[in-house]
Amino acid sequence: MTGAFRVLNRHWQVFARTWLHNLMFNVAEPLLYLSAMGFGLGVMVGRIEGVTYLEFIAPGMVALSAMYSATFECTYGTFLRLHYQKTLQAILAGPVTAGEVIAGELLYGMFKSVLFGVVILIVVSTLGLVPAASAVFIPLFLILPGAVFSILAVCYTAIIRNIDQLNYYITLAIMPFFLFGGLYFPVGNLPDWVQQLNWLNPLYHSIEVCRSLALGKISPQLWKHVAVLAAMILVLARLPLRLMKKRLLT
Amino acid sequence: MKQIVVAENLTKHYGDFPALKGVSFHISEGECFGLLGHNGAGKSTTLRMLYGLARVESGQLRLFDQPISLTPPAIKQYLGVVPQEDNLDPDLPVLENLITYARLFGIGRVQALEKSLEMLRFMGLDSKEDSQIDTLSGGQKRRLVIARALLNSPRLLILDEPTTGLDPQGRHLVWQKLRGLKAEGVTMVLTTHYMEEAAQLCDRLVIMHEGRVLTEGTPAELISQHVLPFVIEIRLPLDAIPIDIGDRVRAFGGEALPVMDGLFLYAREGNRLWQQIGDWGLPQHSCFLRPSSLEDVFLRLTGRGTEP
Repeated sequence: MTGAFRVLNRHWQVFARTWLHNLMFNVAEPLLYLSAMGFGLGVMVGRIEGVTYLEFIAPGMVALSAMYSATFECTYGTFLRLHYQKTLQAILAGPVTAGEVIAGELLYGMFKSVLFGVVILIVVSTLGLVPAASAVFIPLFLILPGAVFSILAVCYTAIIRNIDQLNYYITLAIMPFFLFGGLYFPVGNLPDWVQQLNWLNPLYHSIEVCRSLALGKISPQLWKHVAVLAAMILVLARLPLRLMKKRLLT
Repeated sequence: MKQIVVAENLTKHYGDFPALKGVSFHISEGECFGLLGHNGAGKSTTLRMLYGLARVESGQLRLFDQPISLTPPAIKQYLGVVPQEDNLDPDLPVLENLITYARLFGIGRVQALEKSLEMLRFMGLDSKEDSQIDTLSGGQKRRLVIARALLNSPRLLILDEPTTGLDPQGRHLVWQKLRGLKAEGVTMVLTTHYMEEAAQLCDRLVIMHEGRVLTEGTPAELISQHVLPFVIEIRLPLDAIPIDIGDRVRAFGGEALPVMDGLFLYAREGNRLWQQIGDWGLPQHSCFLRPSSLEDVFLRLTGRGTEP
C-alpha cells in the first residue's frame, strides 16, 4: 500500500500547483446554485421541514460539491492521465503495481471530494446556514460518498474509449442523482417508485446524512444511509482495478 | 558474464494478432543490446514485457535471475525506462517532474532534489528547471525522459526508440550520453530502426521481423555473415537497368538485391566491380560504391530486398 501513497504524492504535487483554480471552480458552482435557488425559490417556499429554505438546501450543497469533485477528478482527470498524458503508464513503469496506481486515483478522488465538501461546509457555516454542532461529523462522513463516486467514475472511465462518452455518465448518472436526490425539495414529494430507486442514488444518502448532521436531526435512521454507502463500496471496490487492468496492462 | 535478461520463446497475442511468435535472446551485465526491426516487428512489445506493462503469455522470461510473468515492483525498482512516447507529466514543470518520479522509487525528498539536479546537468537541461513541459523541444523532452529513467541509478536501462523524431544534433547528443552511461557499466537494451544508431551503440543485437528473431550477433558479425563486404547502389529505376545485370553480377561472384525501386549489387571486391559496371551499361554517375552496413543486412533479411 505504500506504493499507492507514492502515487498519491504525485497527485498532491499537482494539486499544490492547481488548488486555487480548483477551489474557484468547485466553490463557485454550489454557491451559484445556493444563491439562485435560495433567493429565487426560497422567497416562495418559506419554511420547509421546520427550517428556512436556505438552511434546507445548504447541506445539500456540501454533498453536491463533494460528488462533483470526486466525479470530475476520476472521469476527466483519470481519462486524461490514462489516454492523453499517459501519466498512469509512466507511473506504472516505476516500482508500483497496477492496483496501487488505481488506488492512487481513488484516494485522490476521495481527498478532493472531502476537501471541497469541507470548503463548502465552511462557507455555508460562515453564512450562518448550519445551526447544529453535529455538523463537525460531516467531513468524516464525506469519506464514504467520496469513495463511492470515485469508484463509479473510475469504472466508467475504464470502459470508454472516447472522452465525449463521459457526457453520458454526467447526463445519465450524475444529473439524475442530483435532480432526484432531494437537494431542493424533500424526496417525500416524489412518486413512490422514484423514492424506491433513490436507495441506489448515492447522492440521496449523502444529502440525507449531511442535512441531518447540519440541522441536528440525529436519528438511528441515519445508519441505514451510511450502511448503504458502505455496502456500495464493498460491492464495487474491486471493480475499478479489474476494468482498468485491461487498459493499463496487455 | 552474469545474465541480466534471459528470454526464451516469448509469445504474445493482441486479440488474434500474434505480436511475438517465440522470441529468444539474452543480455549480459554491462552490454548494450539492440532490438532492430520495422514498426510492428515486436520490439516494443518485448520491452513492455521487460518493464511490466505487458504480461508474459508463454515462454520464459528471467530478469536478474528471477522468473517473471508480470514484472513486479521489486524488480522495476532496478529498471530505468524510456518509453517510446514522451510520457512526461505535463501537470508539473521540469524539475518537479524528476523529483516526483524519484519519490515514486522511495527516494527521500532531499536526495530526490539532489539527484534530479544532477541528472538535469548530465543531460544538459539545467537551464530548463522551471520550464513547463510543453515549452520543451522534441530533443529536450527526449533527454528529460532519459534523465527521469536514470534517477534510481538503474541496473538495466530500457530505451524504446530513444532518438526517433530527433534532429541530427539531438540524436548525436543522446548517443553521446548513452555511450557515457555504457562506459560507466550500465546495462542497456534499446530498440531502433536506425541502423546507424545500432552500429554506434550496440555491442550485440537481434534483428526482429513479424514477431520473430531473424538473426543475432555483433554488428560486424552480422555484416560478414549475411552480406558481401561492398555494395554498389544503382540509383536508376528498375526498368532503366539492363535486364541481364543480375546474371552478370552473379558470374562475377557477387549478388544483386532489388531494394524497393532500385537495385543493390554486392561484391567481395568492390573496386573491381566498380570498374566493370560501365561495360555493363551502368553509368557510374548513377551509382554509388560503399562498404556494406547493418542496413544491408536488415534489407536482406526483412524481405524488403529479395533475391531476383
